Amino acid sequence: MTLADVLFTALKALVSNLLRTLLTMLGIVIGIAAVIALTAASEGAQQGVGEQIRGLGSNLMFVRPGAVEQSGVQLPGSGPGLFLEDARAIEEARFPYVQGVAAQAAVGGPNPGILPVQVIHLGQNTSTTLLGTEPSYEFVRDFYVERGRFVTEDDLTKKALVTILGGDVADELFGDEDPIGQTVRIAVGPGNFSVGFNFAVVGVMERKGASAGTNQDDVVIVPLPSFQARIPFIRDPRGFTNVNQINIKLTDRSKADRAKEEIAALLTQRHNVNEPDFRIQTQTDVLDTATEVERSLQVLVVSIALISLVVGGIGIMNIMLVSVTERTREIGIRKAIGAKRFDILWQFLIESLVVTTFGGALGVLAGVGATSVAERFEIGGENTYAVTPLWVLVGLVVAAATGLVAGVYPAWRASRLDPIEALRHE
Amino acid sequence: MIRLRGATKVYRVGLQQVMALRGVDLEIAKGEFLAVMGPSGSGKSTLMNIIGCLDRPTEGTYELDGLDVRRLNDNQLATVRNRRLGFVFQSFNLLPRMSAIDQVALPLVYRGALNRRRVAAAALALVGLSDRAHHKPTQLSGGQQQRVAIARALVGRPAIILADEPTGALDSKTSKDVMEVFRKLNEELGITIAFVTHEADVAAYTRRIVSLRDGEIVSDVPNTPSYQRAEDPTPERITS
Repeated sequence: MTLADVLFTALKALVSNLLRTLLTMLGIVIGIAAVIALTAASEGAQQGVGEQIRGLGSNLMFVRPGAVEQSGVQLPGSGPGLFLEDARAIEEARFPYVQGVAAQAAVGGPNPGILPVQVIHLGQNTSTTLLGTEPSYEFVRDFYVERGRFVTEDDLTKKALVTILGGDVADELFGDEDPIGQTVRIAVGPGNFSVGFNFAVVGVMERKGASAGTNQDDVVIVPLPSFQARIPFIRDPRGFTNVNQINIKLTDRSKADRAKEEIAALLTQRHNVNEPDFRIQTQTDVLDTATEVERSLQVLVVSIALISLVVGGIGIMNIMLVSVTERTREIGIRKAIGAKRFDILWQFLIESLVVTTFGGALGVLAGVGATSVAERFEIGGENTYAVTPLWVLVGLVVAAATGLVAGVYPAWRASRLDPIEALRHE
Repeated sequence: MIRLRGATKVYRVGLQQVMALRGVDLEIAKGEFLAVMGPSGSGKSTLMNIIGCLDRPTEGTYELDGLDVRRLNDNQLATVRNRRLGFVFQSFNLLPRMSAIDQVALPLVYRGALNRRRVAAAALALVGLSDRAHHKPTQLSGGQQQRVAIARALVGRPAIILADEPTGALDSKTSKDVMEVFRKLNEELGITIAFVTHEADVAAYTRRIVSLRDGEIVSDVPNTPSYQRAEDPTPERITS
């Protein structure tokens, strides 16, 4: 008996009981569609995180103050403290692997706490992140001015009231107009208690894009001392300049561990503490944390989908067992006219395999369809979906394997039937 | 061609042992046309199953074309059934939802033969059903179904066709048609035919009648086929 014969026999048996075949298949279709759609969603989210992290610039390391929260709100530069002077010290230590250092202090943003930031120009206003930093920021963060100029040393000494707008803020306030040379009012603080100053726009940043929650284009940048001098909430009583992040650009990623250790030692000594009152994270740490979350989510999601596949597989096995009992007489006839055990085994196994692989293929189509519908109607917000060939392959292989596992026992039972008893079966 | 020596079959039903055959000796030569008769429970179906290689004797020997059947495994038995034997059953045993020609071609499928449909069509023509080739069992009468089954039995050119009560489910008119087909196959193609029946007028078609009772052969006599008698009635036959 050739494979074509077995396939033909199996197809005929399946078509002759079409409704049952389709219902049996449904379990697999839904299972595989779930696997494809859910993995597409989580792969998409993962790619989003990856892009975002890459957008931060390469070989970056961040030093942040140990978090001190006041009534659930983390104040910028608060608590144990991290200072502009720390950044200078790191620079002066002349570590061979440090390419550049840029301190920054920021308020506002999407979750501003008690310090929301409004930028106002001629009745247009937008809430955004106010970022005070140094000239080295451009190079360290790999984030450059597109038009005009960035913060200069001169701005720092003069505590100049100049600002560089992020792409989104420029669009929001000025539309098609050229913002350079115009004046904007930056107001920090809640409602009536806000403190506002007029800043001259001297540049517009290049676009970095938004992904998964944060938008690097939604920012206004000012010289760090101008920020420090005018936002009274964040001054340090000892006269230090509080910052809430020091960005360090390394020469290459492999030095990250050494850099972490040595910079931590330097800062611990400077702060005169036993335990570090700050955190040092490399870009890889951030990426790792993010991907770890994504991975565990994916594991969860895929295991739920796999459970539905197992349920589908049990359904198939059940139907195959019923089918073997129902067709006992047919098996007897086939054996009487010369079918070997192997022929019978094959026949039922192929039936089960055809149901699941065909169901798997339909499931892949359904999953791809579902993701494109979700993307079209932006279900899940700005998250993208990525149907990957790997998961399509995994889906098909798992479907076929389900068929194999679910079909083996019924097929084996069929092949073992005694021809005489099978022929007597009513 | 077929040689049974001391064939014994013991079944286990619960704790009881049932002896279906008690040392049967039987030889069937090529080209014979014989009937096995006996009341129910006499072991005639068991005998047919053993001759048909669906079952093995518990004791005794069975030789088919020189093959020692007791020493064959299940797969070898399947091959023997496929190549040397043809079966016809009381209840036809056709596969549902399969056209006549596909039914007939099935033994060839398991043999892996080529030209299946052509050979199957020829077999259907032999039983006079060429015009019903694409009908399904439900679209055929009882007699036609049994003739499809006969075509299926003979399509592989077996040495012997075995039939278990082939006319048991048919009325006397159709029974006669079916027996006509058997006679034609035996006389014109030289196929050996053996069947089980408990109807005397059906057994009368054959040239040899073997009677069984309680698992033993009680008589084994030659017979003058009834169709020959009809043409040439002989007085001594009537008196005997």
